[in-house]
Formats: sequence, structure tokens, C-alpha cells
Amino acid sequence: MSIHETLGPHSKPPLTVDGPSISPLKQGKTVSTAAIGPWRLVAGKLVRQKVAMVAGAIILFLYLVGLFAEFLAPALPATSKPQYTYAPPQGISLFVTKPDGSTEFNLHVKGYKVEIDKAALRRTFVVDDNKVVPIGFFVKGPAYQLWGLIPMDRHLIGPISPSDPMYLLGTDRLGRDVFSRLVYGTRVSMSVGLVGVAMSLILGVVFGSISGFYGGWVDTLIQRIIEVISAMPTIPLWLGLAAAIPLTWSPVSVYFVITIIVSFLGWTSLAREVRGRFLALRSEDFVTAAKLDGSSEARLIFRHILPSLTSHILAVVTLAVPTMIVAETSLSFLGIGLKPPVVSWGVLLQDAQNIRTVATAPWLLIWPSLAVVVAVLSFNFFGDGLRDAADPYDN
Amino acid sequence: MATLPDDVVLSVEDLCVDFRLRTHILHAVEKVSFQLKRGQTLCLVGESGSGKSVTARSLLQIVDRPGQIVGGRILLGDGETVTDIAALHPDSRTMRAIRGRRIGLIFQEPMSSLSPVHTIGSQIVEAIRLHSNMDKKVARERMIELLRHVEIPNAEKMADRYTFEFSGGMRQRAMIAMALAGDPDILIADEPTTALDVTTQAEILDLIKRLQVGRGMAMLLITHDMGVVAEVADEVAVMRFGRIVEHGPVDAIYHAAMHPYTRQLLASTVKLTHHAEARQPVSALSAEAPKPVLSVRNLGKTFGLAGNTTLRAVDNANFDLYPGENLGIVGESGSGKTTLGRLILRTVEPTTGTVLYRPKDGQEIDVTSLDKKELRGFHREVRLVFQDPFASLNPRMTVKDVIGDPLIVNGLAKGKALEDRVSELMRLVGLDPMGMERYPHAFSGGQRQRIGIARALALEPRIIIADEATSALDVSIRSQILDLLLDIRQRLNLSFIFISHDISVVRYFCDRVAVMHRGRIVELGGAEQICTAPQEAYTKSLISAVPNPDPRDKRMLHRQRFIAPANA
Repeated sequence: MSIHETLGPHSKPPLTVDGPSISPLKQGKTVSTAAIGPWRLVAGKLVRQKVAMVAGAIILFLYLVGLFAEFLAPALPATSKPQYTYAPPQGISLFVTKPDGSTEFNLHVKGYKVEIDKAALRRTFVVDDNKVVPIGFFVKGPAYQLWGLIPMDRHLIGPISPSDPMYLLGTDRLGRDVFSRLVYGTRVSMSVGLVGVAMSLILGVVFGSISGFYGGWVDTLIQRIIEVISAMPTIPLWLGLAAAIPLTWSPVSVYFVITIIVSFLGWTSLAREVRGRFLALRSEDFVTAAKLDGSSEARLIFRHILPSLTSHILAVVTLAVPTMIVAETSLSFLGIGLKPPVVSWGVLLQDAQNIRTVATAPWLLIWPSLAVVVAVLSFNFFGDGLRDAADPYDN
Repeated sequence: MATLPDDVVLSVEDLCVDFRLRTHILHAVEKVSFQLKRGQTLCLVGESGSGKSVTARSLLQIVDRPGQIVGGRILLGDGETVTDIAALHPDSRTMRAIRGRRIGLIFQEPMSSLSPVHTIGSQIVEAIRLHSNMDKKVARERMIELLRHVEIPNAEKMADRYTFEFSGGMRQRAMIAMALAGDPDILIADEPTTALDVTTQAEILDLIKRLQVGRGMAMLLITHDMGVVAEVADEVAVMRFGRIVEHGPVDAIYHAAMHPYTRQLLASTVKLTHHAEARQPVSALSAEAPKPVLSVRNLGKTFGLAGNTTLRAVDNANFDLYPGENLGIVGESGSGKTTLGRLILRTVEPTTGTVLYRPKDGQEIDVTSLDKKELRGFHREVRLVFQDPFASLNPRMTVKDVIGDPLIVNGLAKGKALEDRVSELMRLVGLDPMGMERYPHAFSGGQRQRIGIARALALEPRIIIADEATSALDVSIRSQILDLLLDIRQRLNLSFIFISHDISVVRYFCDRVAVMHRGRIVELGGAEQICTAPQEAYTKSLISAVPNPDPRDKRMLHRQRFIAPANA
């Protein structure tokens, strides 16, 4: 019975139990997770997903582009130069050949020359390899106000002489720089998603929590409302609601109303997700324990249930952003969302609606679409990674 | 390649299985060697995480990723030829021919190891036809014969039923029939009775043993239960942390164990076949007989099922709980014991009856008529300890938050005072207060259960309802926790309602025991009386089915069966 005595209730069991033998994978890699909080566990799991990390980096890059749009764009989005309509993209070259045959480093783009298509009686621009337009970094260009506050005239990149043409991604019907417009469009398109999702988030979490926590007739009512909303065909509804916006409103108010419309229809999936999680967690032992501890309903929800959901909610939200971006793009493309002079990816795509434009100026279609595809894919990959990492305790 | 001795069918030599995890390599099985002999049963016994299941799965090459056999040989004899299973590819034709045909496997979970969308019969027919070219008609006859072998009544009819129409025990019988379909000479049973009630367990063990002897199979039985081992084993190998620490004939292991771990394991099991020695006489049984602290009268709960049928989960329960008393509620799954516990706390609302609670000031409170706020006060004095030490602690809160939460909610302590109280509670349950900033995932099952107990004690309760509080724990940890609870009861003068399916735990821990069957309390009496001289037929069958951890006195041989009267 000597073994017994060592097992008495007063013998302190050691915090680290001896277990099966282990050997480290690499040298010096023994990680203790004992005092690591849930958020660091989620982050640790996320970092191990390479695709998600790359996608995350792209998203961050896009937001930085949007944030510093004025500085990054070489021109203002609305400046049109009728003498350069439908000018094709120029490539950046690093060296020029001097008349004596030697080469010299000189960052430049090639200028344009005009060709007349005699059959179609149409002027077209082609890149002229003989004209050199020197360009540089941090050059003086058109004046702007950064974030509408700080007056500045420096641009990251631009022609040394402001009157020279530099159209890295070509120009549109009115001779506006597609690259600059794309950069400005990033700001609007990426943020319309955020505002919309933030509103969906609030609606979704509030209704989802109430529905899942209380159950009963409240749950039934909310679920029926959600079903009715999700049963509505979205595009006609958008069309109808957008048509109701008075034409006299400023583009900014229209923009704001559009986000509200989009999020009003977008919260339902989030609400269902939150409800499902609540239903599952409500019957967990630790929630019952907290209830028996005397916790109020608010404390149960905010202290015990919601923290277990936040990482899931974050993942769902990340996956909801691209839906919003696509919704804005489609609406604007159809001409009922954002309208010029506001610049968004959808507005840019409006210019690529007819086949003639696509045939003569394919850059008008390619670059804005590519921006949408890259942004949507990045959000999806990042959201997927986040969802996989969201529950750090599943193994 | 070496040939095997005549009576040996399978020989495992220095088997090593590694799991390459993210942070380290886990040597789950290290240099394990044993032999399976024709007509003999080897029991591999050990606590959770000892590597016993991984060992069994390696024999069939079905170790889950990232597990990998990294060394040793598994020699399977077949007349003259000997095959090394460890060298075969898991997906190879030879390996597939061995599975089922040479080695049959019975899993722990009869619920999840049978397909829910096929009839029982068709699943067994499939297993038969995989290993022979019988046509369907012959295979069906063979299947029915197999079902008769595993003593499924009315085999022809039952063969066309679906899994959900079978009870747990019947499913396990069907599973055994399937394992026998290929007529294997080795049967591996991985915790075959752990998910079953004790009376069903006795029947299944009995069946497995008879089949094994009758067919002359070699059997490898994996279990954590020393009682089960004593009932069926010829030889025993005790595993701990991936190694076999002791190996020998069953009698030698039980009566002349060499290794301290084996002795500790046996001691913890044997200890639970008696009363706790350290218990003091309960004040309730002394001369003056104080009033009960909790009285349950005519308590009942009826659940409505589909259609007009109702289920009486708890039917007319009556009992008293005296101060300082441990009352056990014991019964098989579905007997209503958990519901009864929840009814007292009113987390499930009772349909009928009353619960009377007498606080310290002596007045009587009718719990069934309390409003929300008053109920909160009641919950401060009557606390619940949960079964699952993993689900009952919020993984996103530190131990300090978990234990301190009831104190914060009830506004009893904060800041430094809270920290001191949490330290005090942790020391009380035998935990180092240094660990209070850690998260639950850093603790073992037993330690987590201690955290759960500390949370229950935080509000200085008078009654603790422990719902299967030790069922999820290994046997050595189990007795530690029970001793801890006994110790706390004496120090804090608590009363316990201890709900369990495990008769040995109740016998060790409780003063009085209520036996539940189909929602009714069929017998209520002193723990020793219930366990040694039960009065009711059901109690007798229940007690006689408990395996006895002594191979010289197998309980199974003089078991009493109970046929329930046919009132549903």
C-alpha cells in the first residue's frame, strides 16, 4: 500500500506530467503553449498557411494603394487630354541609346505618334520608339490634397516635364490615364466593401446572437425574415432601390446609400452563421457552468459565448468582403451604382461595355477586371486560411 | 526469414511507431514485443495515451497519419511462410488480404463503426464476399449463421434491419459477426465494451471469450479496465508511455506484480472495490438525526416524443440528503440519473414534484417555485461538477478567470483578494497556484477536473452534485479525485450527490446509494448493503455484472441475468 500514500489528496501533482518520450524535430525547438492565449494560437496557426499569408500581403498592399492613391497616381483621375484618346500602354525602359551609339541609364517611356487609319478614317496612337519621355520618382506633378487635407504636388512616379505624356496602362475615351484612375478606384472599391461589411457585421451579429441565444419564437421570426430577404432576387432589388435614389444627390451620398443597400441584403448569411454557433455553444458545459455561477444573460453572451466566436466571425467577415466588392462592381457596371465623376473599378469597367472598345483598347477591360479578380481571390484565400485557423483547440 | 514456433500466430518484435508532430516527434510505441498464441488471449492494458491502440492498429497498418511504423517487425505466420506486416505497404494487395481474412478487428464505438445507410445483413455479406467468391445466396446463409453465432435472436429478421434499430450491445454483436466474417485466426478487440453498460459489457465479454475459445483464435484485447482483464486474459502486457513495462501470465500480474506501475494500477482498481477507509461516520446516522438538507418528493420529468408518445425520464423520485452525506445515484445509460441531477438544479424544469432545500438558517425553500433571482441564490449553495473536464472549462479563459468567475459574478472578491482566494482554492484541490495564468489546454484531464472542482467550491457551497465527475478519467487519477472529494467533504462539511454508472466508484465514495432503472429509483439503501446484499432483481444483476479485478475469482462465471418486465 506504499503506492497509495504517494497518491493522497495532499500530494501535489506536478504541473508537467511525465509522458511518452519525445524528441525535438529541429534543434532548440521546444515550444510551450501553456500560457499562450487563444489569439496568439490563432495567429500561430495562420502564419503556417502560406497561401493565406501571401493573400493577406496582397490585401494589405491594395489598402496601402488606396490610402495613398493621390501620391501614387501620376495624374489626377479626371484630367482628360483629348489629344491622347485611346493611347496604348507604354513600357518603362531603363536605357537610351545616344546618337554616338553608346547606351546610358535614363529611366523613360516612349512617346506617341499618330497614325491615320485611312479606311476607317480614324486616328490611332502608336508608341513611337524614337521619342523619349524621361520619367522619375518623386517628381512634381499636378497639385492635389492628400486625404483632402495636406496640399502636395509630389508624385511617386511621373514624367519629369509635366506636359509630357506618360500612360503606363494607356488612356480611355477622353484621354484620361487608366493607371491613375485604377489607383483612385482601388480606394473606393476596397472601402465600399469595408463599410458594407461593417454594417452587415453589426446586423448579422445582433440578429444572429438573439436568434441563437433565445431560440423559440424569436428565433423562428428572425429566421423567417432572413429567408424572405435571401429569397429576393438581388439584382432587380438593387436596381429598384438604386433607382429610388434622387438624381440630385451628390456622388458621395449615392455611394453611401449603395453600401447600405448592399449590406442590407448581405447580413443574412453572417446572421445564420452566428446563430448556428450560438446554438452549438449554448449547450456546451462551460456555458451551463457559467450560468450556474450566476452569470447574467449579457455576461453569458459577451464574456463566454462571443469570445469563442470572434475568430469565426472574423473569417466570415473576410469572406463577405469580396461579395461586397463584386456587388459594387456589378452595380456600377450596370450604371446604377457609383456614377462618374466617382472612380471605382466598376465605373472603369463601364467604359469597356462595347465590343469596339474591347477590340481597339483592350487595356480598358483587362486592368480593372484584373484588379477585381486579384482582390476577390486574395480575400477568399485569406478568409479560408483564417477559417481554418479560427479554432485553435480543435486538435 | 525466421520461422515462428508452432503455437505462435503473430509475433511483434521491437515495434516502434513515431508521430511527427509540428513541434516534436512523439514516440508513441517504443520497442514493443509480444506474441499472440493460438487459442490464447493477450490483454494489452494501459491508461489513455499509453500507445495501446496505436500498437493494435499497427498490426493492420491502419495507424492514422502522421503516425508511422519506423522500426521492428510484425511477423504473421501462415503454415510454413512468414510475412512481415511492418514491411508491407498499407495499400498493398497482400495487406488488404490480411485485413479481415487473417486478422479481424472490433472497434470501441459500435455507434460509428457500422454504416447507418445499409442494413446490418448487407454489411456483413459485403465483408464475407470480400474474402471469398461465394455467391450472394450462400453468403447470406453464412451471414445468418454468423448472426446466430453472436447470439442475435431472430437472426433472419434482424439481418434486414438498419443500425439505428439495434441497441448498443446488439450493434457490438453485429460488429463481432463482421469481424468473424473472414474467419480470421487473430481477433483484435480495441476497448470492445468501454462504450457499453456494465450488464451489456458482461454479456459481450462472455460472448467474445466463448467465440475465441471455440474457434481457437488468438485474441489481442485492448482495455484500460483491470476488471475486464481479470475476466478474460490468459496473458497480460501492461503498457505505459509507449513501452511494455510488465508482461506475464494473468495470475502473476495480479498476485505477484513486479513493476511499481502495475502495482499502482492494481491498487487503484482494487481500492475501488471497497469502502473508502478514511471515511468518518456521518453525522446524519448519529443519535439526534438532523433534518435533511435536501428533500426530493415525487419528482418527475416527462419528455414528449414524436407523435403522442411520451418518455418518463424520471418517474416519482423520492429521497433525502443529510448534511455531510454522500448519496450515490447509480444506473445504466438512459436510466434518468443525469436528468434527475438537472431537475434538482432546475436546469431542466421538472414536470411534477417538489425539491425542498434547507439553508443554514433552518427555514425551508421550495426550489421548484423559486424565481430567476432566488434560483441564483440557490445555485450558489448547490453546485455542479461536470463529467467532461475538457468541455466544462472555457478554453479561452485562464484558470484564474475560470475559478474566479463565480466570485466576480456574485461580487464577492476582486483584484488582490480574488487572486488570493483563487490561490487558496487551487491549493485546496491540490494544484500549484503558479499555474493560474495558464489556459486549460495546458492541463491534463485530472488537473482540469480539479479546476472544475475548485470552481464549484469557490462559492462555499453546501451541496455538490457531481455528474459522472470521474468517468472520463483514468483509473489512477479517478481514485485521486475521489480521495480529494472525500477530503474536501470532511474539511468543508459538504453533502454530495454523486451520479455515476460506475458501481465501484459509488461503492467507494458514497454512504447511501439509489439505484435507478428506466427513470425509477428501484432500490435505495446503504452503499455496502446495495453492493453486497442487493434486494431487487435488477440491482442483483447490475452488481453481479461488475468485473472483479481478480483472475482467481471471476465474477462473470456466476452472473445473474435480469429480464426487464415488458412495460415500456
